[in-house]
Amino acid sequence: MEASADIAPKVVKEEKQYSYLNLGPTHPATHGIFQNVLKMDGEVIVDATPTIGYIHRAFEKLAEHRPYNQITPITDRMNYCSSPINNIGWHMTVETLLGVEIPKRVQYLRVIIMELARITDHLVCNAVIGVDTGALTGFVYLFQQRELVYEIYEEICGARLTTNVGRIGGFERDFSPKAWEKINKFLKEFPIVLKEFEDLLKRNRIFMDRTIGCGGITAERALNYSFSGVNLRAAGVDYDVRAMNPYSSYEDFDFIIPVGTNGDVYDRFMVRQEEMWQSLSIIKQAIKKLPEGPFHAKVPEFYLPPKQEVYNNMEALIYHFKIVMGETEVPKGEVYHCVEGGNGELGFYLISDGGRQPFRLHLRRPCFIYYQAYPEMIKGSMLSDAILTMSSMNVIAGELDA
Amino acid sequence: MMEAAAQEKLISVIKEKFEGEIIEAGMVKDFFTLILKKEKIVDIVRHLYNHPEAKFQYLTTMFAVHYPDQNQIAMVYQLHNLATNQRVRLKIFLPADNPTTPTLTTVFSAANWMEREAFDFFGVISEGHPNLKRILNVEDMLIFPMRKEYPLEDQTREDKNDLMFGR
Repeated sequence: MEASADIAPKVVKEEKQYSYLNLGPTHPATHGIFQNVLKMDGEVIVDATPTIGYIHRAFEKLAEHRPYNQITPITDRMNYCSSPINNIGWHMTVETLLGVEIPKRVQYLRVIIMELARITDHLVCNAVIGVDTGALTGFVYLFQQRELVYEIYEEICGARLTTNVGRIGGFERDFSPKAWEKINKFLKEFPIVLKEFEDLLKRNRIFMDRTIGCGGITAERALNYSFSGVNLRAAGVDYDVRAMNPYSSYEDFDFIIPVGTNGDVYDRFMVRQEEMWQSLSIIKQAIKKLPEGPFHAKVPEFYLPPKQEVYNNMEALIYHFKIVMGETEVPKGEVYHCVEGGNGELGFYLISDGGRQPFRLHLRRPCFIYYQAYPEMIKGSMLSDAILTMSSMNVIAGELDA
Repeated sequence: MMEAAAQEKLISVIKEKFEGEIIEAGMVKDFFTLILKKEKIVDIVRHLYNHPEAKFQYLTTMFAVHYPDQNQIAMVYQLHNLATNQRVRLKIFLPADNPTTPTLTTVFSAANWMEREAFDFFGVISEGHPNLKRILNVEDMLIFPMRKEYPLEDQTREDKNDLMFGR
């Protein structure tokens, strides 16, 4: 049969067609301003091109033109889910540069407020993972608790979201009895709610099917991408700044660093969940061991004197004027100080040339560093998984863009 | 914090293969810092990554600093060995007129956006970078805004008609 070659159907070579989808910049599912141009084959993502910088506010440039105490409000606006950690991280950086000895009580109070901030940060992220998998209940329920923490902030520093808590050297005032009352109320009520939330999702078949194996990353890749914080620990690397380079007396407390194995959404969820329990335990230990003493160190050049003294005391008046006008000179030096932020290692690299403003302030923003792995993490997965992966990575636009 | 023995060890590890590359070594506050010659920085980082006695396999951060008086731009690399918890800072100085350095993306994937940031704000060109374009600023920006010659906008200027933005 010679003719068969002619009869055989011709293979028509067709170019593979991809469709492109603009996810963002202002898509409600991305919880922030992120743009991703997704190259899609049907519903499967082939490639993604993230564009960032939509809310870039030039923090590093701004910081070079401000006195040190005025930089604290800038740090608020980085990871606004846990601004006290940013504030205190910055205070500690300046204190390291100045070589100030911080009283034990201040360190413990700082630990309390930083752990509260960590709880709110993780709580928002985990609640949102619930939302993105279709469980809105937990979100509404947990946000009531976040409100309680915000009321504690309010009692301590007067602000709720962009807290500007504390000063270089300590706190502007000691925690009031009302603040302690609110903290104790939170410590009593929150575990019940957290347990209930955990029970809702932890062994929930639908939730597990949805999140296990979704948006995973191996430990090797995570390390190569300089992941830190929960995302790194979920991949199985037990790197936590609080344990590796203890600051603010973290070495005094017992806590466990939970790690995951697959680095997927479920692991990240579980690591955050366990960290909230650990944070609660740290707060309880700190309250139990809380030493008596002053609530601020003696750094008159940076710590605003009480108002009565300003009116009656020459030195206080001078320092007050110098601080308010930003005329305090800071010794030369170069320091790197990092804290465990809500998302990972939050580092401040500060160079002072002896002037009134930093010569250079570099902010190591964990979000910025790990978000670049996002295209790699969502390659080959579905669109809805991409959304879930992003929310479980806890990418905060403010921190990402600085 | 790094002990003196570990510092010596690290210097000898670098000298094994890169004799004469270290300009200065010492503690800056509590951080061990090495100032290196700019040419072989990536090879040195790779050497520190692979060497069994160094194993600096975590890039904490990387950024540029502009020194207008010396007309130089410094690139700072901070490496971390997570197993022994040792940190080291490497510094190189580039001429501000033509700051070029080989890309570190061949060693660390994380260097990708960090190098783009350094390019965006300081104009540091990373040769061999897969996608070297601006990252946080608009793409048609003509200047490198973090360089010291660019001041913040004067808040009292009146020549700008920004009525639409309520200024």
